[in-house]
Amino acid sequence: MSKRYLMKGNEAVAEAAVMAGCRHFFGYPITPQTEINAYMSKRMPQVGGIYLQAESEIAAINMTLGASATGARAMTSSSSPGIALKTEGISYMCGCDLPCVIVNIQRGGPGLGGIQPSQADYYLATRAPGHGDLRMLVFAPATVQEMFDTVFTAFDAAELYRMPAMLLADGLLGQMMEPVTPPALPPAPREKLWALGAGAPKRKTISSLYLKPEELEEVIRLRFARYSEAETRLSACEEYLAEDARVLLVAYGATSRIARAAVTAAREKGHKAGLFRPKTLWPFPKEQLRAAAAKAGKVLVVEMSMGQMVSDVRLAVGDTAAVGFFGRTGGVVPLPEELLERVEALI
Amino acid sequence: MIVYEKSKGLTDTPLSYCPGCTHGIIHKLLAEALCGANLLGRAIGVAPVGCSVFAYNFFNCDMLQAPHGRAPAVATGIKRAKPEHIVFTYQGDGDLAAIGTAEIVHAAARGENITVVFVNNTIYGMTGGQMAPTTLPGQVTQTSPYGRDVKTAGYPIRVCEMLATLDGPAYIERVAVDCVKNVKKAGAAIAKALRYQADGKGFSLVEVLSTCPTNWGLTPAESLRRLSGEMAAYFPPGVYKEL
Amino acid sequence: MSDFSLIIAGFGGQGVLFAGKAAAYCALLEGKEVSWLPSYGPEMRGGTANCGVCISDTPIGSPLVTRPHALIAMNGPSLQKFLPLVMPGGLALADSSIIKQMPESPRARLVPVPASDTVSREGLGGVANMLLLGKLLRETGFSVMDTMREALAECVPPRKKDMLEKNIRAVELGFALDG
Repeated sequence: MSKRYLMKGNEAVAEAAVMAGCRHFFGYPITPQTEINAYMSKRMPQVGGIYLQAESEIAAINMTLGASATGARAMTSSSSPGIALKTEGISYMCGCDLPCVIVNIQRGGPGLGGIQPSQADYYLATRAPGHGDLRMLVFAPATVQEMFDTVFTAFDAAELYRMPAMLLADGLLGQMMEPVTPPALPPAPREKLWALGAGAPKRKTISSLYLKPEELEEVIRLRFARYSEAETRLSACEEYLAEDARVLLVAYGATSRIARAAVTAAREKGHKAGLFRPKTLWPFPKEQLRAAAAKAGKVLVVEMSMGQMVSDVRLAVGDTAAVGFFGRTGGVVPLPEELLERVEALI
Repeated sequence: MIVYEKSKGLTDTPLSYCPGCTHGIIHKLLAEALCGANLLGRAIGVAPVGCSVFAYNFFNCDMLQAPHGRAPAVATGIKRAKPEHIVFTYQGDGDLAAIGTAEIVHAAARGENITVVFVNNTIYGMTGGQMAPTTLPGQVTQTSPYGRDVKTAGYPIRVCEMLATLDGPAYIERVAVDCVKNVKKAGAAIAKALRYQADGKGFSLVEVLSTCPTNWGLTPAESLRRLSGEMAAYFPPGVYKEL
Repeated sequence: MSDFSLIIAGFGGQGVLFAGKAAAYCALLEGKEVSWLPSYGPEMRGGTANCGVCISDTPIGSPLVTRPHALIAMNGPSLQKFLPLVMPGGLALADSSIIKQMPESPRARLVPVPASDTVSREGLGGVANMLLLGKLLRETGFSVMDTMREALAECVPPRKKDMLEKNIRAVELGFALDG
């Protein structure tokens, strides 16, 4: 067995980025993701990379934009209120077709909200990470090991599809420690013929501005063709005891672990519960979910929010299953026991 | 005999500026400075939001168009990733001194090794002439129709003076493009700023007092007189920092 | 043992997070699955702090410790808060140097340990957390002493070699305590 390390989710994300060849990190302190900044400020100088503490999350995403425009693997991270500030830069990066990885260690909102784990940025991440017609890749790891692995996947996918990728986790995953075995290195950065400062014979420009509507429409259509390719290839999920389940819990990230514990407890009591866990939120694994839900007939969406993913679940499931919802919000993490009660009530 | 040639630092794209606007002069000065010091080949420019948003079409080097006010942050990212390149931003007063205040102050405070060309014409041009952070007291604009009232709209920001209080910047100068002599002076200042960057000395900024005949409602000639008069009086040209 | 969960709680600064980390490292070194979940935020600064550790042979589902097998409580409020959660037949160790009034514990076995006084007497001030961890190791066998020594070597940075020795001595002291 290769060496295992005990790491916080936040540290795993940071070390994975370093291993992935990211040498440009721009951040701003905010609980509960600050360990990423602390780790990078220590680690980047050791590998000849750049850690820069920006004056704001807005500046941090724009520094990321600048570094990415030169072809560098660049990353920024924050937590919910700070991510809201990054939406400007995210939109410009989408408009400029620039890749990067953005980490969101979610906390309770709206406003300053709280600092405890939350999943209330689902809409922000999957629906409107910025203004305009755009998409962002959204990955939802559920373990510290996955936090690590997903950074590799996210960098590669962001470069392949030339768009920002978000690693959407929460305070629980960011703060907890679990064993991590570093996986095989990710593919090397892809060739970036569009990058500035490459010294190519022809001058290059990167801009998101198109004053002629037809021209902008054309650019967006081409971009959406790329999005739809990402949609068919990237959606991922994991099922746990879903095959013969009569009630299918649907949860992502930290909540999926609570749901998993509830499923195990339900099975011990003889109830046929199962779990469907989207590993990507955009693209959402709708085909896979539809198939699993149709078998179960009953679906219970569990989130640390007032119910945001539930709309995607309803869209995916259609009329093949009844969809219920259970959520805790404001930083309250649902307990397996209360979830078990809901499952028992459904059976 | 060739007496005058267009700078190779500019593309053949026709400039989109209004007649009489001094952006054209400033573009030429920056382009000539890049060519003169043989820096064009390794230059990466950052265009702002505002009248000069299309600067990415005009400068004959790699160019990036930044979100409003964020050019110094974007340039920071570029420079950190490509330290051997010459990275400049070209920003107006609304972009730099209003929405982008945090970014310019902190890029300066970090001594970020970039060059900023800051074009101050005391008004938002592209959106049609609204009050800017540099609009003079009493100046009539679309959003200060009774003249800028400092009691409610506050005072203009003197960017050079403000940034010169910081330890980070290496070179800060304010110039004007109101007459041939001053245009030459402005060109020299921009060339010097780029040289500072090339020598690794740190943050350099040249504020260029500029005109906006269209939104000022003046002829180009009257505009230059306003520039020499009340504008230069409120924003005195000179070197504010030189390490 | 297959499944073991632990809560360590006390004031910020008593090293409750560190003690949890040491326990988690034991599991890591033994090739087990483990999770360590801290309380975080303002309460880390002078208020109460706690962490939950889950150790298992199979992947950890919920890392939340709602029914711990064991509790180490280093102040009164923590004992009050977490003692009722301990599984029937589980173990609660309480620093009786700090907690003067021991509550009734009808279900869990509550063992008062004069941890802070003992470490002070032995010239090991500040590592009552480790003494309690040593006692827990002896009472529950969640790991073994050799692993614990190795775990501490992983947790304590090399430049703090004297701290490492101090920690190990406190664990050994706790392990040797009778009663």
